[in-house]
Amino acid sequence: MGFLDIDNTTKAYGSVEVLHNVDISVQEGEFLVLVGPSGCGKSTLLNMIAGLEEITSGEIRIKDQIMNGVHPSKRNIAMVFQSYALYPNMTVGQNITFGLEMHGTPKPEREKAMHEVAKLLQIEQLLDRKPGQLSGGQRQRVAMGRALVRNPDVFLFDEPLSNLDAKLRVDMRTEIKKLHQNLGTTIVYVTHDQIEAMTLSTRIAVMNGGYVQQLGTPQEIYDSPANIFVATFMGSPAMNVIPATVRMQNGVPQAEISLHDDSKSLLPFSQANLAAWKGKDILLGIRPETITDIDGADRKSSNIAQMTNRIVVTEPAGSDTFVSMQLGGKDVIARMRSDAEVRAGQDFEFAVNMEKAVAFDPQSEDRIAP
Amino acid sequence: MSVASQDTAIRTGRVTRTLIYVVLILFALFYMLPLYVMVVNSVKPLSEITGGGMMNLPREFTLEPWFKAWSSAQIGVEPTGLSPYFWNSIKMVVPAVAISTVLGALNGYVLTKWRFKYDTIIFGLMLFACFIPFQIVLIPMARMLGLMGLAGTTWGLALVHVVYGIGFTTLYFRNYYAVFPTELIRAAQIDGAGFFQIFWRILLPSSGPIAVVSIIWQFTNIWNDFLFGASFAGADSQPMTVALNNLVQASHGVKEYNVHFAGAILAAMPTLLVYIVAGRYFVRGLMAGSVKG
Repeated sequence: MGFLDIDNTTKAYGSVEVLHNVDISVQEGEFLVLVGPSGCGKSTLLNMIAGLEEITSGEIRIKDQIMNGVHPSKRNIAMVFQSYALYPNMTVGQNITFGLEMHGTPKPEREKAMHEVAKLLQIEQLLDRKPGQLSGGQRQRVAMGRALVRNPDVFLFDEPLSNLDAKLRVDMRTEIKKLHQNLGTTIVYVTHDQIEAMTLSTRIAVMNGGYVQQLGTPQEIYDSPANIFVATFMGSPAMNVIPATVRMQNGVPQAEISLHDDSKSLLPFSQANLAAWKGKDILLGIRPETITDIDGADRKSSNIAQMTNRIVVTEPAGSDTFVSMQLGGKDVIARMRSDAEVRAGQDFEFAVNMEKAVAFDPQSEDRIAP
Repeated sequence: MSVASQDTAIRTGRVTRTLIYVVLILFALFYMLPLYVMVVNSVKPLSEITGGGMMNLPREFTLEPWFKAWSSAQIGVEPTGLSPYFWNSIKMVVPAVAISTVLGALNGYVLTKWRFKYDTIIFGLMLFACFIPFQIVLIPMARMLGLMGLAGTTWGLALVHVVYGIGFTTLYFRNYYAVFPTELIRAAQIDGAGFFQIFWRILLPSSGPIAVVSIIWQFTNIWNDFLFGASFAGADSQPMTVALNNLVQASHGVKEYNVHFAGAILAAMPTLLVYIVAGRYFVRGLMAGSVKG
């Protein structure tokens, strides 16, 4: 039993099922991020936890209490909305204490709680202002203050940073992470931004088409994606997926991929069980940062393969240089140190960290487990 | 390529502009003419009017016609002036406007934020009320008022206006609330506010502009209504419009045009006042939601 249990839950509008048998158990103090493209059902799931959408079948429990049909205000949850949803006619202070007032908390206690939260979020000087007079970042803080003041069991965040500009978004991201570390609250956070998901979460649920594609720690999701969708959705630039054929050489399974001039190159797998796929086609997944120049290769890796291929384009991005090439008929991106000496049109010796490579079944698109 | 002008107004030459202003001023004068005639003649003694020269300024200024119209003119059989009927109208207009506006706001709230099956059909049917001609409902309405024991009373008249007004007020508020962010309602729900708490604390305080539109619209229509007043009011509940008609249409004695003019202005005064006080919100409210502000 977890702190928040989503148990075999589905959601249907009429005959259209938008969430299929979702099973997630969240422990106390966890930071769960629901991530996925638009329309994947992540916000619907969050609204179901909040009680704003009905549960079609299955169960949602908080602290072992069944929440199906329980009014949102009785679930002891708080929610931060994408638009912040601050009451425009009330001051910041009234916004923060409105929930307490509705729950019948006496005024002196409300004032005390308000000042504590305002101090924590550094919005004390804003308490008498109206939301219309605040900047985006300040509104965001007030919205979090409104959630914090209730001292809820579970915090729900619905894409809270997507209305902020890029710099502020990064700052607020850190801020939210600090808040979680200091307060140890249980958080369910919805976003479509995979970087937010990676940086904030203790666990991620990657969703697509109403299914949870994979549930795991950021590291698991990144290194061992369950299928091609997860592999390409998480990470920027996306994981390279290259058609390859499995060949055996010296008793080790190898990925045979075609280079820019249709000549073949063999990259040895670290995964011994791929021997069973001998002669068959697979899809080889390689993260951009695992293709480097030879000097930049990971020294700790036990399996660095080398290949020579032609560079199509180089894109220096300051901290890194992105290099694109043709592999298996696909555009493949490598992420190199900024001082790697690369030129477009050059034939270049690449180092591929095959320890990190993953293989997918081209039919089911699932990862071939080691 | 020249830099685009920041000014969105069409640029015109001086001659064109002068021409436009002259035409506009002429039109304005033309529109003001009836009011001028009414005001000027309401402060003249009757002899000056019957002597011709309707457009002339008064040679002898008097407020006597105003006092007479208000308190002693012959209305029907009683020499009461318009004042009791003025209060009749107030007693009818204030509750009718208030109730229809509040009900419209509630309807708008439910139709946009507490959606239910077939709500658009219900809204469509309510809209239909805006297009029903008054004459069609006269007889059924009279029967209904009789059954409810409200025939010939000010309350009965107010009820008729409430029923007729709900279609319009619902339309206004529904369209206004349709663009009101639903996340605010959800936030309030999570905060523990109930149906009416959300309405009073969150929605109504943000409804100023549309409430003004609704109040002006309802006030003007109800105050100016003649047909329902003439059909459903009893002798002691007749509104101002009906009384004014009785004053002007009196078939005996001398036609006191100056008193008629003064009475007509008195009857029009409240709607004018409402426009002057709240008019600038009217346009703002009508435009609300069309442009992101």
